[in-house]
Amino acid sequence: MDITFLLNGESVDLHNVSPTVTLLDWLREDRGLTGTKEGCNEGDCGACTVMVTDASGVRALNACILFLPQLDGCAVRTVEGISGPDGTLHPVQDAMIDNHGSQCGFCTPGFIVSMAVAHLKGSRDHDNALAGNLCRCTGYAPIIRAAEAAKDAPVPDWMKDTPPGLSAPETLDELATAYAERPDATLIAGATDVGLWVTKSLRNLDDVIFLNRCQELQRIDTSQDSLRIGAGVTMNRVMDAVQADYPSYAEMIRRYGSEQVRAAATIGGNIANGSPIGDNPPALIALGAILHLRAGDHRRDMPVEEFFIEYGKQDRARGEFVEAVTLPLGEQAFRAYKLSKRFDQDISAVCGAFNIRVESGKVADARIAFGGMAGTPKRATAVEAALTGADWSEKTVRAATAKMAEAFTPLSDMRASADYRLQAAQNMLLRYWHEDQGLNINVLEVPA
Amino acid sequence: MSVSKPLPHDAARLHVTGQARYVDDIPTPKATLHLAFGLSTIAAGRITSINLDAVRAAEGVVGVWEARDLPSDCDCSASNHDEPLLSGATIRYLGQPVFLVAATSHLAARKAARLGRITHETRDAILTVEEAMATDSRFEDGPRIWEKGDAGEAIDTAPRRISGVIEMGGQEHFYLEGQAALALPQEGGDMVVHASTQHPTEIQHKVAHALHLPMHAVRVETRRMGGGFGGKESQGNALAIACAVVAAATGRPAKMRYDRDDDFMITGKRHDFRIAYSAGFDETGVIRGIEFEHYTRCGWAQDLSLPVADRAMLHADNAYHLPHARIESHRLKTNTQSATAFRGFGGPQGMLGIERVMDHIAHELGRDPVAVRRANYYAANVEGGQPPTPAAPPRSLPGKMKERDIAARGSEELVQDTGATGAEAEQTTPYGQVVEDFVLSEMTDRLLATSDYEARRASVAAWNAENAVIKKGLALSPVKFGISFTLTHLNQAGALVHVYQDGSIHMNHGGTEMGQGLFQKVAQVAADRFGVPVERVKITATDTGKVPNTSATAASSGSDLNGMAVKAACDTIRDRMANHLASLHQCDARDVDFAEGQVAVKGERYSFADAVQMAYQARISLSATGFYRTPKLSWDRIKGAGRPFYYFAYGAAVSEVAVDTLTGEYRILRTDILHDAGASLNPAIDIGQIEGGFVQGAGWLTTEDLVWDDTGRLRTHAPSTYKIPACSDRPRVFNVALWDGRNREDTIYRSKAVGEPPFMLGISVFLALSDAISTCGNAYPALDAPATPERVLAAIKRVRDGV
Repeated sequence: MDITFLLNGESVDLHNVSPTVTLLDWLREDRGLTGTKEGCNEGDCGACTVMVTDASGVRALNACILFLPQLDGCAVRTVEGISGPDGTLHPVQDAMIDNHGSQCGFCTPGFIVSMAVAHLKGSRDHDNALAGNLCRCTGYAPIIRAAEAAKDAPVPDWMKDTPPGLSAPETLDELATAYAERPDATLIAGATDVGLWVTKSLRNLDDVIFLNRCQELQRIDTSQDSLRIGAGVTMNRVMDAVQADYPSYAEMIRRYGSEQVRAAATIGGNIANGSPIGDNPPALIALGAILHLRAGDHRRDMPVEEFFIEYGKQDRARGEFVEAVTLPLGEQAFRAYKLSKRFDQDISAVCGAFNIRVESGKVADARIAFGGMAGTPKRATAVEAALTGADWSEKTVRAATAKMAEAFTPLSDMRASADYRLQAAQNMLLRYWHEDQGLNINVLEVPA
Repeated sequence: MSVSKPLPHDAARLHVTGQARYVDDIPTPKATLHLAFGLSTIAAGRITSINLDAVRAAEGVVGVWEARDLPSDCDCSASNHDEPLLSGATIRYLGQPVFLVAATSHLAARKAARLGRITHETRDAILTVEEAMATDSRFEDGPRIWEKGDAGEAIDTAPRRISGVIEMGGQEHFYLEGQAALALPQEGGDMVVHASTQHPTEIQHKVAHALHLPMHAVRVETRRMGGGFGGKESQGNALAIACAVVAAATGRPAKMRYDRDDDFMITGKRHDFRIAYSAGFDETGVIRGIEFEHYTRCGWAQDLSLPVADRAMLHADNAYHLPHARIESHRLKTNTQSATAFRGFGGPQGMLGIERVMDHIAHELGRDPVAVRRANYYAANVEGGQPPTPAAPPRSLPGKMKERDIAARGSEELVQDTGATGAEAEQTTPYGQVVEDFVLSEMTDRLLATSDYEARRASVAAWNAENAVIKKGLALSPVKFGISFTLTHLNQAGALVHVYQDGSIHMNHGGTEMGQGLFQKVAQVAADRFGVPVERVKITATDTGKVPNTSATAASSGSDLNGMAVKAACDTIRDRMANHLASLHQCDARDVDFAEGQVAVKGERYSFADAVQMAYQARISLSATGFYRTPKLSWDRIKGAGRPFYYFAYGAAVSEVAVDTLTGEYRILRTDILHDAGASLNPAIDIGQIEGGFVQGAGWLTTEDLVWDDTGRLRTHAPSTYKIPACSDRPRVFNVALWDGRNREDTIYRSKAVGEPPFMLGISVFLALSDAISTCGNAYPALDAPATPERVLAAIKRVRDGV
């Protein structure tokens, strides 16, 4: 595989690249650029954050789970390229020194890159921009002070990269044909999951197809009453797309992964990998979203919930791939809740999505789905049944929560016990009720 | 004057540009080998067969070692000689290194290490406190028990009594830079080791032992660590030894760094504790007598567990005068990772025990917990109080020097006479040390005022009356933390200072830099002694070839010890220069003044560089060593009596939280901290330690949840499952101030140690959560740690159900 990209402003052409070499290993071991650090090798700490520019804009990404072919046509900036060619420091670097933002310094290059990307994009939400960068020394306070101090400084000229672009983008038809011919190939979009197969499970992937070349897969088509989101759309773009209609869904996506993870991870990947703890499926199921699958020229559609057959098994044939998902807009009764040990960048213990339509004081229709409660993302059928047709009242809601135990037999694991999962799922329905009654009970919004 | 200035960290510019070099960043020779361990997959048992053919045949593999292939037992222990580098037939925990692979790349070594085929005969693993107690699986021959007065009688005769149990989890260090070492073989069998370690001398000692070399044949260098927190006091030994063994065997450089998951699975963490308590007190909450039982899982090897458990006992009083106390400590041997040093070193666990008691008493009496705490505080600082008796010399010298590692904190204590008896009128700790410097009453007054505690207590109550789902909580917690290694002989440090002909200064000392700003603080001391700007001082990597026989950079002692040693070295050179100039000008050396980059004598002013030139040409030595040992210490750890600490560092925090009673999720809304760093050497660096220590302490007690399954497998072994605080978890409002006192003891510029004490300010968050939970009903929450949302919700349920 041959690829071309810009590295700190200089053109790099690589030939016969092994497709699963990570950018981090290549930078450190082949290029001797050791400023970018390995903290966890799984995209959870941000010490390896690099800046990547392509046609869609600028992103902060984790280099440890970024394969070189994903960079074809992009411009990459590492911490070494955040200061100017003559050594002039970037405003965030100056601010980090002035505000004592580094102690041991190991996480610092990653923070610098994340801060520089946020600065370039004019983002003022520092907590969000830095949710994927862990620091064990400072308690973050001086880093935030630095970000604040630097926010109004002009963006240095050298930060504006012009990516070379893809030499030969791929059409959806070409992708479909290629996958039909090589159905055992591993499809790689953002690599936020497959990356760990390589860095943690140490798997050798014999055949891979990179989806970043297929721009048709990255389209969002908006109509009056629905969104059709291509499988290759990143979660950051999904978050923006659903913000207006479904702010609770957008907030769930914000917490589902850090800036770096959301900038790489795709909605198609989150659905297709079939994880019982993926956060998108419960929301999509509660919304009644439709999944679009394709194998060669053959396309078929199905409700999202039907895709998940059992743990580890999805309704996807060999050579078939997720092409897109369509979700309705304007479902005003929809809300999503995510529960995890830590608010940001944590996998859900329970993820619940609710869409309870009330007409004339009675529940006309209830779609309730959970992640983390079973071997697949799953509807709470017994709860839905208890609600449907009943008066929309606290009594009904409390009675319905009792049905949660009929709907689910969750597992205990390191994230949560079965009891807690069940109780939290019940209480999420109560929360939905309280919010529907106009009570604001978001702990994240409580003032000091 | 460079001391007390809020200068940035010396490496800040290197950090932000990515130029700061860590072990894995050091350019290595082409032939360098990369190492990985093959790990055990069971917690306890014997290996019945081991087949490493596939490992040897794997791509890039150059060599494979089992225990029998090693040049010695390659013991890695910091204390008890009970940690062979590789397991041999007996497996003691899940994750224990069984074999060692050397390959041409890090990835190749990791891949090969997974290919071992091992069969086992498993035996029942001892994983829990109950299992260890039932089988009497412990270190030392029985529990350590320290007593003051008659606690049982005092409790029985007190007007009120409570008892309870608190469980507190351990904590993974999660230094951002994982463990790493690089060994470079030298001529004649010598070895140079670069290690990410808080204790280069220990690495030197263990590598020398493994290779049957004298210590002079091994040189260890440590420029910096990407975080340590105690996790690199002893846990780096295995990597350095492995690298040295491979380098010696192959003649090739060898490097090893743990992948993050391996780091979690192999290395020790903070000790988890169960603390049972029983207290008798009066109607105002003043404690008459108290009994604690500490149970801690030390893991498979002794490591530093004895002094850790001692320090937990030493902080069972925290800030409170306990007239009658009994503390019993069980150090349990379990088939888990060997728990090790972690910031606070047992102190936080002991302290959380008494803070739970204070909270419980307040709940029992319906009093504000702050009032109960203050009622139990030690009496205020009595200036001019009787100084303690100086330490007596050791009664006997250590008997079995060979078997012991006297440079490590896990060593047995030398039995010494306890000098400090303390006047009867003065309040003593449960171990008999007179508390001479207690400033918490005044600090608490000020913090209550600056944090607006009373008004906020009222507004929290008002909020809770109006809100059924989100409950708020507010709490103050104080810290009194003892400063000194409790192994008295470790309280020493050395330094080496050179002044070059051009007036530039090369500074070296035995302390290591792990981000805490030690190098910068000590450089400020050196610059101040010579009256030059700090830029004149070159900070150099810790090197066993420059300063020998160093103690670990631990116990918050770094700047106290090394600052004094550097001061001594600088003063030696300065005095030589002064004497020379005084003789030239026929005046007293005391009239020579070093300030603002100049040397003034009898109205004449020389630039510092010129003064140095003059000294050089007069053949004056411009190089000196410095040495320091902490005075006044004397301690008998078996009796639990004496003066283990030179002084105490103090702090207090007020935290406010909001709890979602539907799910147990919570947020820290505001934290106000007032902390005592004495006369700070660098207020910016000290505040950094306080902010960072607080958040790390809050993490320990909230989201950082170590979960082992029934087979002894750690299930939280990466940041995907083990959640340290993220950016948004810090308090929304975060006010940190330094107490403006000076250390009454003669420490370096009257500053105080600041590395560990602020960690325990995080306890205020835990107490605030308990406060919020307690508003849900009448029962006491009895919250356990870490207070994950799940544990918070369970406590809410208990409080509501009244059990």
